[in-house]
Amino acid sequence: MYYAILCYHDEAVVNAWSKEEDDAVLAKRAVVTNKLAAAGKLGPVARLMPTTAATTVRSGREPLVLDGPFAETKEQLLGFYLVDCQNLDEAVETARQLGRDECGAFEIRPLRLFWPEGKPA
Amino acid sequence: MTEIAWIDAALTSARPQAVAALLRYFRDLDRAEEAFQEACLRALKSWPQNGPPRDAVGWLIMVGRNAALDEVRRGAKNEALPPDDVISDLSDAETDLAERLDSSHYRDDVLRLLFICCHPDLPATQQIALALRIVSGLSVKEIARAFLVSEAAMEQRITRAKRQVAAADVPFETPGAVERSERVGAVAAMIYLLFNEGYSASGGDVHVRVTLCDEAIRLARMLLRLFQGEPEIMGLAALLLLQHARSPARLDADGNIVLLEDQDRRLWDRDKIAEGLTLVEKAFRHRRPGPYQLQAAIAAVHAHAARPEDTDWEEINNLYAVLENLQPSPVVTLNRAVAVSKVRGPAAALAMIEPLSGKLSGYFHFFGLRGALLMQLGRDAEARVAFDQAIALANTAQEAAHIRLHLDRLIKDSQSPAGRKQAAQ
Repeated sequence: MYYAILCYHDEAVVNAWSKEEDDAVLAKRAVVTNKLAAAGKLGPVARLMPTTAATTVRSGREPLVLDGPFAETKEQLLGFYLVDCQNLDEAVETARQLGRDECGAFEIRPLRLFWPEGKPA
Repeated sequence: MTEIAWIDAALTSARPQAVAALLRYFRDLDRAEEAFQEACLRALKSWPQNGPPRDAVGWLIMVGRNAALDEVRRGAKNEALPPDDVISDLSDAETDLAERLDSSHYRDDVLRLLFICCHPDLPATQQIALALRIVSGLSVKEIARAFLVSEAAMEQRITRAKRQVAAADVPFETPGAVERSERVGAVAAMIYLLFNEGYSASGGDVHVRVTLCDEAIRLARMLLRLFQGEPEIMGLAALLLLQHARSPARLDADGNIVLLEDQDRRLWDRDKIAEGLTLVEKAFRHRRPGPYQLQAAIAAVHAHAARPEDTDWEEINNLYAVLENLQPSPVVTLNRAVAVSKVRGPAAALAMIEPLSGKLSGYFHFFGLRGALLMQLGRDAEARVAFDQAIALANTAQEAAHIRLHLDRLIKDSQSPAGRKQAAQ
């Protein structure tokens, strides 16, 4: 089963990290993702630009193009990992490892559809 | 990252919003700062044990406010009793109050806090110093290092600036649309000044200067989060990101300036460029061009060129023409002349800047460019005079050293006239 592990954190806090601190977080997480990749369990990984770079399109008869993220929230979606796990327990354990010594939140969402090649498998 | 580093980052990022809310509550800058300071001390004690609160800003506002009220209570024992509403126990309504103190007003609160720092009576350097102290929370020592003055002198400067803004009495009512947009404009200008102070490398510790640039970008992003749909603020953030992206390539190992066309573009920060380009793109969709957007668009053209010879100078010339029209200034014309020299040659560029000689008679870059153009035209003797004038006006040792390179080249060329390298800005 594929799970998306969505990373939520206050982007103002993440932006306040020094480059060294940012690098340290990435290095710490790389230990986990390298292991997952070696086991063939890691799908696409993405880090998103700040919400100030976002544009939101509200569908409707006349679609509305708005600057900024879909919703103003205290914590923002900053990136995600796609992982192939046996079950929810394994996904929870993976998120736990990814977030060790951090203070953001991870939302685990099982995938309903996945086209790794851009078309149905 | 250690626990303390986490908490530190959380406190730094919460600071503008928390101090801004406390300022509205107490209407006194010193008291608001002290309250925030006290809240930080308590956070350092409580957060490692209990974990960070979900809403760090709300926590800090609440704790800071209560701590300051306790202070009032303690003082009150020796004085008359304070009014009931100040000392009444609000613990039940705390979450509610924190919410009221915070979310509904936070945009205007933060804007007011920033705006207080850029009072027109304050000279630019004091505006920046005040913003770094109050909004960014840098220590007086760090700020003093950035401005190459003693800690005591900076302390005095900040105290004086605070007294001045307190006397100016910025109103606490929710501002009207016109006033709000004026405040946004003033704050944007202050952030740009802050960035330039860090970027212009007029001496001082390199690390401190990078901190100033990072701080300016942080404030620009914060302003943009408050005013998501404002194309000029997108432009400002983009401009700072695109310029700062070049920082790793701007100085050589000896600390000398490396010209844009000589920079190793592989050293440019791709993340910052990508974000800057996105913001330029977003801003231009609004079709309301402004000075920051245009300058950002010019920086974006440079960022797009993998090699200096790929630079679309025609586009840069066009963008400068719009900017010149929107905000006429001799400095803009001077910058445009660089693009003109690439598109139409040095003679056209020289003709363009000659009329500026009166207005820019004290401007280093005017003589630097004039010398470079004359050199390209083979008018070496006149070029040498211009370079000498530039050196006399140089603000930093790096600027002077850079012009001396041109002079050395001229002297070398006068011995062997071959292999003359183009020079520009």
